[in-house]
Amino acid sequence: MTIFDRTVNRRRLLQGGAAVTAGLAAPNLLIRGAWAEEFRNNPGNAKSVKFGFNVPQTGAYADEGADELRAYQLAVKHLNGEGDGGMMNTLKPSSLKGNGVLGKKVEYVTGDTQTKSDAARASAKRMIEKDGVIMFSGGSSSGVAVAVQSLAQEMGVVFMCGLTHSNDTTGKDRKRYGFRHFFNAYMSGAALGPVLKEEMGTDRKAYHLTADYTWGWTQEESIKNTTEGLGWQTVKAVRTPLGAGDFSQYITPVLNSGADVLILNHYGKDMVNSLTQAVQFGLRDKQVNGKNFEIVVPLYSRLMAQGAGENVNGILGTTNWHWSLSDEGSQAFVKSFGQEYGFPPSQAAHTCYVQALLYANACEMAGTFYPPEVIKALEGFEFDGMGNGPTLYRAEDHQCFKKVLVVRGNDKPTNQFDLLKVVKEVPREAVTYDHTTLRRRARPLQGLSRPRRVPGRAVRSFGPAAPAGVRRTH
Amino acid sequence: MSTATIGSPSDRSARSPTIAGSASNRADHVKFLIFAAAVLTMPIWLSPVGAAYPDLVQKFAIYGIFAIGFNILFGLTGYLSFGHAAFLGVGSYAAVWSFKLLTMNIVPAMLFGVLAGGVFALLIGYVSLRRSGIYFSILTLAFAQMSYNLAYSVLTPITNGETGLQLAHGDPRVLDGPAGAGLPSTNLFGVETVGYSGFYVCAVALILAYYLALRITRSPFGMTLRAIKSNQNRMNYTGFNTRPYTLAAFVISGMYAGLAGSLMAVVDPLAGAERMQWTASGEVVLMTILGGSGTLLGPVLGAGIIKYFENIFSAFNDQVLSRMFDFLPAGLGDLMVDLVQPFVGDGWHLTLGVLFMLIVIFLPGGVMEGVSRVAGRLRRVRSDRTG
Repeated sequence: MTIFDRTVNRRRLLQGGAAVTAGLAAPNLLIRGAWAEEFRNNPGNAKSVKFGFNVPQTGAYADEGADELRAYQLAVKHLNGEGDGGMMNTLKPSSLKGNGVLGKKVEYVTGDTQTKSDAARASAKRMIEKDGVIMFSGGSSSGVAVAVQSLAQEMGVVFMCGLTHSNDTTGKDRKRYGFRHFFNAYMSGAALGPVLKEEMGTDRKAYHLTADYTWGWTQEESIKNTTEGLGWQTVKAVRTPLGAGDFSQYITPVLNSGADVLILNHYGKDMVNSLTQAVQFGLRDKQVNGKNFEIVVPLYSRLMAQGAGENVNGILGTTNWHWSLSDEGSQAFVKSFGQEYGFPPSQAAHTCYVQALLYANACEMAGTFYPPEVIKALEGFEFDGMGNGPTLYRAEDHQCFKKVLVVRGNDKPTNQFDLLKVVKEVPREAVTYDHTTLRRRARPLQGLSRPRRVPGRAVRSFGPAAPAGVRRTH
Repeated sequence: MSTATIGSPSDRSARSPTIAGSASNRADHVKFLIFAAAVLTMPIWLSPVGAAYPDLVQKFAIYGIFAIGFNILFGLTGYLSFGHAAFLGVGSYAAVWSFKLLTMNIVPAMLFGVLAGGVFALLIGYVSLRRSGIYFSILTLAFAQMSYNLAYSVLTPITNGETGLQLAHGDPRVLDGPAGAGLPSTNLFGVETVGYSGFYVCAVALILAYYLALRITRSPFGMTLRAIKSNQNRMNYTGFNTRPYTLAAFVISGMYAGLAGSLMAVVDPLAGAERMQWTASGEVVLMTILGGSGTLLGPVLGAGIIKYFENIFSAFNDQVLSRMFDFLPAGLGDLMVDLVQPFVGDGWHLTLGVLFMLIVIFLPGGVMEGVSRVAGRLRRVRSDRTG
């Protein structure tokens, strides 16, 4: 894929840097490193190698971020041969040796993305430029993942995406240095469709509340495509700001819209808040068009279920992985995570742990840290034993293909973590798509071709916890 | 803060509001040259404190420009704007659009950034400056917050909302012709402006911005602004129309912010609406007060301190801390880690807050007051010795 060929540009970049630096008579020590290494942050003969973990520690996705960090720390431990090894023992085929990566001890640095593209890029740059990481990973927001991924491309450092569910993370151009293990909105739609049909029939009216950024947009699109394919109507799709805190102003209009299904394209604290409020407003007790009103949360996680409490009872959604899975890999991971932290891991933790291991494994396979070789090792890598059954890292778009879980909020939880019940394990074949389907033509003026939004969008409030209905009082 | 004695040759002219004599003029130039040298060599002398990497030194320079511009309005004219981040954001968006539509050359982008910041400041300033004091602050805050909300709602075709405005492979870039493989990088007539070369672009801009602020401060116009700060009513009673001067100061300040915003896009071609949030506006107020409002150098120092805290302190995790204290015996080391931990990592705001309080309580004139106190004491010691 010639689109990815950036070597010339990188060299020109260095030359440009050198020219200006020399021109200003600054000492050569500034660029010394740049000439000595054939790729950025080459660990060379160092005894250790650094990974960067860039996760949201503040903001709407902070809970996910905290769990991701735990998983990364566990992965580093296992890679260095400490602890019980977790999924290192179940990964097949595995080149991991449990003595670090390529004999070098793994160290790590952390950063806070604040769930903002700006801040995420700043902290990723710090990791790459200052701390000298060979690979970085993380992110609990697709907006951040997309922004950081193009940075990875510019810098020539591999980015192993953490939790990011937008189709655009892998669907679009220039993603050579980005890899995603997590599933995406298209797969959620494909997996959820048959279950929705079975449970709710083909004559439904859906109302979407959507987080207003790339993930929300693509999930809304994918779910819409699926449900409209079933014969459902879409009454309205309303975009809500990320981290809005209070969703009552968006939920009240749902009551009188004639819709009988509410689809919440929210995640993290947003989903906890919007779902809790929807339930408090009595949506689930209502009868509309002669049917029970239903709520669907296409992207579910155990952390969110924990936050929303019993409001999740009976609510359908999809998830990448769940700790109650009984395969060997999942069991091993749950066991070592539980021993370390005292509770089971979330899907965010799982995908991040797997990503760290897969990167390390690819380095071992390639026998080098040189990114193009590592990328080659990852592309088309077929593996098993990581909790999702047989999985393929597709070479064309660096997306993992594996089974998807359709889950339902558990109405009779046996313990505080037993919140989701797996309804169906949708096989990999059912959620695989052609890699050209999602790669929409690069839109010339990305913003301009967006559909006009529906009116009634609220003013974004001053602080995180703004009073409800700011707009209505005006 | 304006306590310097008039005409004395040892006058600390950078912060004294006196008419520049030839002696202080020379002092100004010496200080300017030292400043320029210090800025250009930042990657060297900042390396012992772990701050010498392109992204952070770029930020020092960019936020330095932002704070210098803010200080023209706040420190010089006495108008506390709580919405300056709006101009920063507008500058960024203008620059990114210039990259998308016209060319990856940074010169048009910077020009558009400055222009957009200026025009936007003219509009907001025209309305806001009808009031002064707290009312002015609230008006600017409201306008900035309005821009922020608009960027997230009706203006998303221009701003791309939460995802942020980014370059795309299919952008027209009419002056550049068709792009090759991959995304082009920003450049200054062919020299790519990322990493350290991006920093030097920002550094040169900072030095020029500093020089311009120096000229403004020393000019009759600057004198008028200071007069407005000290007593605007008296100016009005003597028949002096202050409005054009305050508006001019506001627009200049907005253009500085626009320049800073466009430089942010130059070193990293991406613009997000969070740059316009009120927290960002508050940050520049903090920078200016922390460094010393009304001084030329203070805001730059304040910007540096805050960005340093944000980027370095926030990255300390358990691992770093335990490595830092591993020279201590095991129990004591762990204790130190536990003690220090709340103040670093995600607790960096706490450290910054404590520092800010200490400075405001003990050094109301900011870091620069501390510097001048120390300098004054040294001078006294020396004169005692010689006398």
